[in-house]
Amino acid sequence: MRIIKKIVSWARIKSPWILHFNTGACNACDIEIIAALTPRYDLERFGVVLKGTPRHADILVCSGPVTKKIEDRLVRIYEQMPEPKFVVAVGTCACSGGVFDGCYNVAAGINQVIPVSAYIPGCPASPKAIIDGVVKLLASLEEKENKGDVSIFPSPER
Amino acid sequence: MHNSPDFKIPIGPQHPALKEPESFSVALKGEKILGVDIRLGYNHRGIEKAAEERSYVQDIYLIERVCGICSHSHATCFVQAVEEIAGLAVPARALYIRTIIGELERIHSHLLWLGVAGHEIGFDTLLMYSWRDREVVMDILATITGNRVNYGMNTIGGVRRDIDAPQAEAILNALTILEERTKYYIEIATEETTIIKRLSGVGVLSREDVLRLDAVGPTARASGVKRDVRVDDPYAAYAELSFDVITDNHADVYGRTVVRVKELLESCKIIRQALKNLPQGPIAIRAPRKIPAGEALSRYEAPRGEDVHYVKANGTEKPERVKIRAPTLANVQAVKHMLRDRFLADMPIVVAAIDPCFSCTDRMVALKEQAGGRAKVINWQALHNFSIEWHKQRGIDFAPLNKKLKERLAR
Repeated sequence: MRIIKKIVSWARIKSPWILHFNTGACNACDIEIIAALTPRYDLERFGVVLKGTPRHADILVCSGPVTKKIEDRLVRIYEQMPEPKFVVAVGTCACSGGVFDGCYNVAAGINQVIPVSAYIPGCPASPKAIIDGVVKLLASLEEKENKGDVSIFPSPER
Repeated sequence: MHNSPDFKIPIGPQHPALKEPESFSVALKGEKILGVDIRLGYNHRGIEKAAEERSYVQDIYLIERVCGICSHSHATCFVQAVEEIAGLAVPARALYIRTIIGELERIHSHLLWLGVAGHEIGFDTLLMYSWRDREVVMDILATITGNRVNYGMNTIGGVRRDIDAPQAEAILNALTILEERTKYYIEIATEETTIIKRLSGVGVLSREDVLRLDAVGPTARASGVKRDVRVDDPYAAYAELSFDVITDNHADVYGRTVVRVKELLESCKIIRQALKNLPQGPIAIRAPRKIPAGEALSRYEAPRGEDVHYVKANGTEKPERVKIRAPTLANVQAVKHMLRDRFLADMPIVVAAIDPCFSCTDRMVALKEQAGGRAKVINWQALHNFSIEWHKQRGIDFAPLNKKLKERLAR
C-alpha cells in the first residue's frame, strides 16, 4: 500500500491537472493564464495540463472577485473536485477583491467562499508570476510529502 | 409536434468550450438548434454604481478593468467623455499616443481571437502560433506602458507616459515581424482548405439582419456594412491618418475571420503613420479635480466594435452617472439569430465569432414597463442590502462565512 501511495503522490506532484474557472474576472487574468499555457511560457513543461471538467482536476485556478451569481457555482465546482484538491487565486481581485472591493455584487476574494492554497497577486498576474506561483505550490507539496505530512491527503470529511 | 424540442441542453456557466462564465440553454431537435436562451450576469460586478462612488481619476482605473482585453478602449472612451464635459483641449501628442496604444491593443485582441477561433474548430496549431506571435505585441505594450494588460496609460487631459525614440524604434521592429506573420495568417485564412470548409456558411448573418439587429464591429463589417467609428465619428488622431475600413461579403464566420486578419495589417499601417507624424509637445494638460456639471456621450471603436460611454457630471469630484454599452451587448442578439436552425456542433465557433466579452457586457440593463413604469433611484447602501437580501432568498448567504473569517482573523 505504501508504495502505491508513493507512486500516486509522485504522479500528482509531477503532473497536476488544472481547471480554470473565471469567477467574475475582467478577462485579463484569464488570458494571462492561457498565455502561460502557450509556447512562450509553456506551463505544460511542468506537467500542468488544462482540463475541462472539475472531476479531472487537482488544482482549481480561479480569477476574479467571486460575484454573487457565480458564488454557489464555485462552491459546486469545488465540491465536484476529487480529494486532494488545491485552489490557486490568480490576480489581486481573486486574492482580496482588488479594485472591486466593496462593490455590492462581489464577495471580495476567493477565500471568502472556499479555502485557498496559493495566492498570486498582480493586476493582472503576469504569466511569469503564475508559473512561479504554481511551481511554489508544487514545491511546498513535495516538501510536505517528504516530511510525511499527511495534510496533502486530507480526510474526506473535510 | 413538428417544432417541439426533443431536449434542452444547458451549457455553462462552467464549460470547457466557454472561456467566461455565461450560460446558454439550447433547445434541440435532434442535432438542430431550435432556439437559444442566453443568460448573462455572472460577471456583473457593479462597476457603474461603483464609479459613482469614486473620484474621476480612480474611475479611470476602475473602468479600465471593465474588460482586460479591451481595457484601453474603455478607459479612453471614459476619459474622452470627461474631457468633453470639462472642455479640455488634449495635446496632439497625447492623442497620437492613445491611437498607437489603441491599435496595438487591436492587434493583440485580434491575434487572441484568431487563436481562440482556431481552438474552437480543433485547429490548435493556429492557437499556439498566433499566441506566440501575440507575445511580440505584449512585449511592446509592456515596454511602453509598464504592464502587459490594463496599461493605465490614460489620464484626464492626456496620457501618463511618453513614447521616446528607442521605444518607437522597438515598435517599428516589432511591426516588421508582425506584418510578416500577418501575411502568413492571411494566406492561411484564404487558402487553407480546413478553415474555408469549416467556416464557410456557418453563422450566417445577412446585411439586412446586421442593420435590423444593430450588430457592430467586425461582425457587421463581415456582412458588408461599412460601420467603423474611427471613420464615421473620428476621435483621437484618426481624422489625420489614412487607412481602409475592411469589409467582406461572405457574411459568415469565414468572412469575420478574413476581416479580422486583414484589419491586423491596417492597424500596423496606422501605427507606422502615427509614429512617423508623432507631434512634439506635452503629453498631458492639468485637469481640474472637480468636473463642471454636464453630460457627454463618447464613442470608441474597440476591437470588438463600437463602445459607448455616457457620463453625467454634477460639479463634484465624482460622476453622477456612468453608463457603459460594450460592443458584445450589441452583438449578442445576433448570436441567437445566427444559431437558429444550425447544428449544435457549430455553436462554439459561432459564439466565438463575435469575439464575445461577457465581462464587458454584464452591466445592468433596466427595462421599464411601458404602462406607468417609473424609474427609481437607489443609493449605495440600499443597493448593497438589496443584493444581500436577493441572494439570501436564493439560499446564498455570506454572513456565516464573514463571521468565520472575522473569527479567524481575530485569532
